[in-house]
Amino acid sequence: MTLDELKPGNSGIIKKLSIRDKLGQRLMDMGLYPGLTLNVVRNAPLEDPLEVEIDGYFISLRHEEARFIEVENT
Amino acid sequence: MNSRLLVALAGQPNCGKSTVFNALTGAKQHVANYPGVTVDKMSGWYKHGDTRVDVVDLPGTYSLTFYSPEERVSRDFILNEKPDVVVNVMDASNIKRCLYLTFQVMETETPMVLDLNMMDVADNRGVIINVDALTRILGVPVVATSMKQSRGKKELFNAIADTARKKSSLALFKVDYGPLEESISIIFDMIRQDPGDLKTYPARWLAIKLMEGDEEVKKLIKEKGGQGRQILNRVEDLRNQFEAEYDQDTALAVAQARYAAADKVAAGCLTLPTEKKKSMSDRIDAVVCHKFMGPLVLVGVIWLLYYLSIVQGYNLTNYTWPLLAKLRGFVAAIVPAPGFIDVPLISSFALWLIDSVNALLNYIPIFFILFGLIAVMEDSGYMPRMAFIMDRLFSRYGLHGQSTLPMVLGGIYVGGCAVPGVMSCKGIPDERSRLTTILIIPMLNCLAKVPLYVLLINIYFAAHKGLAMFFISTISFLMVLPVSKFLTTTVLKDKPTSPFVMEMPPYHLPTIRGVVGRAVERVWLFIKKITSIVVALAVVIFILLQFPGISPQRRAEFEARRDQAITKFRSSITQTPYAETLAGDKLMEMVLYWKNYKDKRMLTRSAEANAALNDEFKKINPQFFVIARPGKDEVAGKVNRSFKELFRTRKGLLLEMRKERINQSFLGKMGRALEPATQFAGFNWRINVALLSAFAAKESSVATLGALYEQNNDGGDGSLESRMAKEEEGFTPLHALALMMFMVLYPPCLATSIAVKLQSGSVKWMLFGMFYPMVLGVGVATFIFTGGTLLGLSGLQAMGVFYAIALCIAIATGFIKTKSEFEDARQMSIA
Repeated sequence: MTLDELKPGNSGIIKKLSIRDKLGQRLMDMGLYPGLTLNVVRNAPLEDPLEVEIDGYFISLRHEEARFIEVENT
Repeated sequence: MNSRLLVALAGQPNCGKSTVFNALTGAKQHVANYPGVTVDKMSGWYKHGDTRVDVVDLPGTYSLTFYSPEERVSRDFILNEKPDVVVNVMDASNIKRCLYLTFQVMETETPMVLDLNMMDVADNRGVIINVDALTRILGVPVVATSMKQSRGKKELFNAIADTARKKSSLALFKVDYGPLEESISIIFDMIRQDPGDLKTYPARWLAIKLMEGDEEVKKLIKEKGGQGRQILNRVEDLRNQFEAEYDQDTALAVAQARYAAADKVAAGCLTLPTEKKKSMSDRIDAVVCHKFMGPLVLVGVIWLLYYLSIVQGYNLTNYTWPLLAKLRGFVAAIVPAPGFIDVPLISSFALWLIDSVNALLNYIPIFFILFGLIAVMEDSGYMPRMAFIMDRLFSRYGLHGQSTLPMVLGGIYVGGCAVPGVMSCKGIPDERSRLTTILIIPMLNCLAKVPLYVLLINIYFAAHKGLAMFFISTISFLMVLPVSKFLTTTVLKDKPTSPFVMEMPPYHLPTIRGVVGRAVERVWLFIKKITSIVVALAVVIFILLQFPGISPQRRAEFEARRDQAITKFRSSITQTPYAETLAGDKLMEMVLYWKNYKDKRMLTRSAEANAALNDEFKKINPQFFVIARPGKDEVAGKVNRSFKELFRTRKGLLLEMRKERINQSFLGKMGRALEPATQFAGFNWRINVALLSAFAAKESSVATLGALYEQNNDGGDGSLESRMAKEEEGFTPLHALALMMFMVLYPPCLATSIAVKLQSGSVKWMLFGMFYPMVLGVGVATFIFTGGTLLGLSGLQAMGVFYAIALCIAIATGFIKTKSEFEDARQMSIA
């Protein structure tokens, strides 16, 4: 499944980033890389974007960006 | 022994880098721009012993790729300016992620010092760091600091000096890029042996960047390498080979290797707390980002921002305005005094200039509070939350979550100012959204548009004031959305976009020093940048309004009327002893004396103040005073009455001449020349002149209308409302509606145009930003006026119909999908 399908309150392990270039690099630079465990904290009041917790800090990203992150629900 | 050092501060966002910068340099700072991009370059200096140390605060970045201008300027600075030391500021509570940037800085082979900042935060979280171990592993001096409490400042000063002196550092830690290492070393050797000009660059850094596929470095190799082509071809082969073998993008492999290395380093020096407790920020966010509470908090924050800056700031101007008025009075006192009907050009010019500048300076209290509150919002960490809540709505229209603040400042309801609005667009990371936001901000309802709205509503929608005010307050936002969508899908279509991905940093309590400091700095910047240009353009408008001026023939007529009035006055007082008092030039003195007295009299409220004023004027000229305040003296009373009549005649002549001057001026001619085009929008030439003059500052529209509708008889003091209603008999509410809508869409004022130029970084966008609202404004006004006339709608009906149309368009355009830049990438990665 992909990160945008993960419901708030659930955790997952990043399997793969299926995007390269600007967005792929940006996701990696912000600390979203394969092997990492993340936790979906909440959706924004209007559903999009979503907020995830990784390693003690918080990142928000749009659902259309989260689609490129393949995760495994844990 | 006087020497100089150059130090660069590098670090990720939210690591306390600006606190370190402030602690190092104190108040000795200044802001400039990196050439070619709209990225601020903060620099400052301090003295350490005999050494002057210049410090450049590089923009906070997560990485050093070529994708964003901030990252490019940072690495270009490190590579090209070759600072003696790079201080890498790290958030001690978040070492692992910070190391990701640290490794990249280390690869540039510049002497560096690690500043482990925010040690206090790390302590609070129970993170234990073995600083010696970290130093040993990385081979870089590490200093632990808490700059907010000024702890470790001295140690950092010393470490910088030591590192600069030694020039070489210890055995540096190298990231192991695993399966990529082989390729890196092949490229490394090729670069080393290249006969071209690549020697000045760190070869391993170049090799890694090439393997990542960095376009800027490719360009560099092509330009400076002796055998650049061969190197690039080899790189391409190696990358394809790697990707075929590992089914992974090389750039991602590089990034992953850095994180793996960070894990390894962290394992050697870090003890993390065993149990995780829910942080304070987390608990605040549960409310601030909550589905229902979040938007409520947001509305509350916006309301507070308006209330404190616009309402309270406006109250403050009551105290600052007298200072500016004093300045004007001072100027008025030193320029040549006006004659009976001719005002010396130099005097009216000087006063025009001072009025233009004062109109701007008057906003300073508002700006000061506004900038202070923005600093609070930035420092506290609320800004990203605001973007988080609003992004969904705005992104549908090509805007960005971070467009919220600029739009609030610009006047999303009523009463903002486009200048700080445009200036705060800087924070929007997405180039396309940023430009769109910059271009649409002037369409919002700034404070200065309000007087014209109020004037027109009071005349033409008097029975439905509330409704009309609601219409005008919300219509601008409804127009902004489809216009943004239109801009992003047409002219700005090809501008680069950026991912939204954004950190939600922990909340911080802002410091008073930081907030006030930033507010002062930004206000000062505003004054410096805007004032000079406003002055220059005020000169142009002045010329357009003053010349060619009244024809000699008409002037002679005015002079004849003046002479006639004076002769009449003199003959009426010849028999009195006051004929002597007012002989020759003394009459003019009396005119100015009386005007001065009257002006001051208007400002006095109490009886004591009145008495004091009388005493003052009695002292200045006792004979004049008898004429001014004749009391029971019958002869003086008669003179007083004749004199007042003369004074009124003068006032009438002056107004008539002013009106004629505007009629004859270049601006008046332009207004008339435009009439054939604007008549379909319902604008006559007077309105055109008012709108043209509004370009200097929006307030001018009402002032110019005031001059154009000035009365020249003595029929009492009719308000501008009644005068305009009387003189424009053909004017209907439909005209007024078209005019108001034009004002909504009206091109940005001078100050805003300058801000647009600064923030967009190009004159081209400034001109576009001035041009498109004009076309749109005339179009909309024509649509309303001509359409309304054809359908026989009343002003109110037209208002309703237009509102409904705008609402429908706004909703409809929201549903049109904007093609995401990542759509292609998606297909690529699947294929």
